[in-house]
Amino acid sequence: MTLEARVVVSRPAFRLDLALRAGPGEVVALLGPNGAGKTTALRALAGLTAMTGGQITLDGQPLHALPPEERPVGMVFQDYLLFPHLSALDNVAFGPRCQGVPKAEARRAAAALLHRVGLADHAAARPRQLSGGQAQRVALARALAVRPRLLLLDEPLAALDAHTRLEIRSHLRRHLEDFDGATVLVTHDPLDAMVLADRLIVIENGGIVQEGSPSEVARRPRTDYVARLVGLNLYRAVAEGARVKVGELLFSTSDRLEGAAFVAFPPAAVALYRSRPDGSPRNLWQARIEGIERHGDNVRVHLDGPITAFADITPAALADLDLTPGQQIWASVKATETHAYPA
Amino acid sequence: MAASDRVEPVSPRLARSDRASGRLPWMLVLPALAGLAFLVLPLAGLLIRAPWPTLVRRLAEPQVLEALRLSLVCATVATAVCLLLGVPLAWLLARVDFPARRVVRALVTVPLVLPPVVGGVALLLVLGRRGLVGQWLEASFGVSLPFTTAGVIVAEAFVAMPFLVVSVEGALRAADQRFEEAAATLGASRWTAFRRVTLPLIMPGVVAGAVLCWARALGEFGATITFAGNFPGTTRTMPLAVYLALETEPEAAIVLSLVLLAVSVVILASLRDRWVSAA
Repeated sequence: MTLEARVVVSRPAFRLDLALRAGPGEVVALLGPNGAGKTTALRALAGLTAMTGGQITLDGQPLHALPPEERPVGMVFQDYLLFPHLSALDNVAFGPRCQGVPKAEARRAAAALLHRVGLADHAAARPRQLSGGQAQRVALARALAVRPRLLLLDEPLAALDAHTRLEIRSHLRRHLEDFDGATVLVTHDPLDAMVLADRLIVIENGGIVQEGSPSEVARRPRTDYVARLVGLNLYRAVAEGARVKVGELLFSTSDRLEGAAFVAFPPAAVALYRSRPDGSPRNLWQARIEGIERHGDNVRVHLDGPITAFADITPAALADLDLTPGQQIWASVKATETHAYPA
Repeated sequence: MAASDRVEPVSPRLARSDRASGRLPWMLVLPALAGLAFLVLPLAGLLIRAPWPTLVRRLAEPQVLEALRLSLVCATVATAVCLLLGVPLAWLLARVDFPARRVVRALVTVPLVLPPVVGGVALLLVLGRRGLVGQWLEASFGVSLPFTTAGVIVAEAFVAMPFLVVSVEGALRAADQRFEEAAATLGASRWTAFRRVTLPLIMPGVVAGAVLCWARALGEFGATITFAGNFPGTTRTMPLAVYLALETEPEAAIVLSLVLLAVSVVILASLRDRWVSAA
């Protein structure tokens, strides 16, 4: 059950072109900002949006010429789209009924699926009587009921409140682990992507900008968008051994490489000083404070200067340093926390 | 500023009653009252002049019952015909992108504004014995529509169908098309998706359209008398009977009118909730 696809959708002022592959049991997340083309890609895989080029094959069988109702695909929509006039049970039985399964058998299979997602007690409920989390689980059961070989999830957790989200995320992860077909999910939330996916594909402006395992993407972002998502300061640099140059600034790193590179370090690794600290001039620069904001339990300081950077410090440190916007200060980052990798 | 915004009345109802506390302009109030009287007085007159003591006896007269039965049967069959043809037509207009769709939509609504007599004449020209289609119908099947009960149904359906099409098309446009997409991903063909998802979703619109359509068919006069004539028992529906009785027996006309008025009020009451919630 391997999905191999090149999806091309051309529109005036927008072009989506991406190649993607998902093996049996593998969960691939399409991650990207709004308008990047994630949902369009998913709709093209389902056959709901016509492709202007490319092809989709599942186990070598071409899908792109088939209408949506003939594709072996299950889809969970962002707002679930449960049929409001049918009970939860009949929503789940809808797919098997369309495939010609007799009514009694379809309902029995649907009841078993509802039981599996923990909603056996809500089989008779109409969608409007279900909570967001319950509706999400019914939508998942409905998509799985057609025994798809490719499962598509469009922002599966976006419509849920924070608390439900936590619960449904782990629930969804369990079901995705049990599913033996290929799964493609779309999200703009890096946490959802990291928890649910085996592999991330980051999309910006209709194209792939980075691809890899969640830990790889989190440690080695390649665009500002990804760096912001995973909470790192990221710069393009030129490396010479253990030293890398970002513009005029010189950094020492724990990695050795040559040529064009990226340098990344977490905001928490940045230390701030009112006067120039002693020691090596490396990993040290003079910056101007652009702004100060709360960030979780800490304070995030926006720095301008030779490089723009975020620094996370404790509220106590903020009080000790007596920082104000516009002020000139010194910033440094430890070599052991500075990570360089080939561009 | 933000704090003072918050204490302002936010309900439009409140805001309206605040404004209405000023003096009402008589330039608007007088014509409004005159308009109301103009609409209500004739109906009141009907009730005042009704021969109440003899009402039941008059209602039980065979001609009245016959006309009533014919009216109900014809309007109901005409509505069924409209549903059978009109719902697919509304679907075509709402869901299928074809060239000249706007022209087709305009054509569908023509009977809505066309004087019914003109509709009757047009039907005669096409379906009459010498008509374009009527000639062929008679030659091939021995079927002749004008001046038959079937002709009444044809005339009523012609005049009433636009009401159904417009109502159903509106419901289809308002319905979320993504439910049909969801059905497609579950393996439903477009026909299955229409039957099992779209139709249940737009059912309130279909019912409202059918009721309007039925009411219009029940009151049809012009096209019916032109195309189907005025034969007791076969084509003389209630409105025709009212018109005829007015010349010979005005009290009978009042009784028949009361029956039609009662039917209209019942329809209005059944639709009221929908109209109020739609507003």
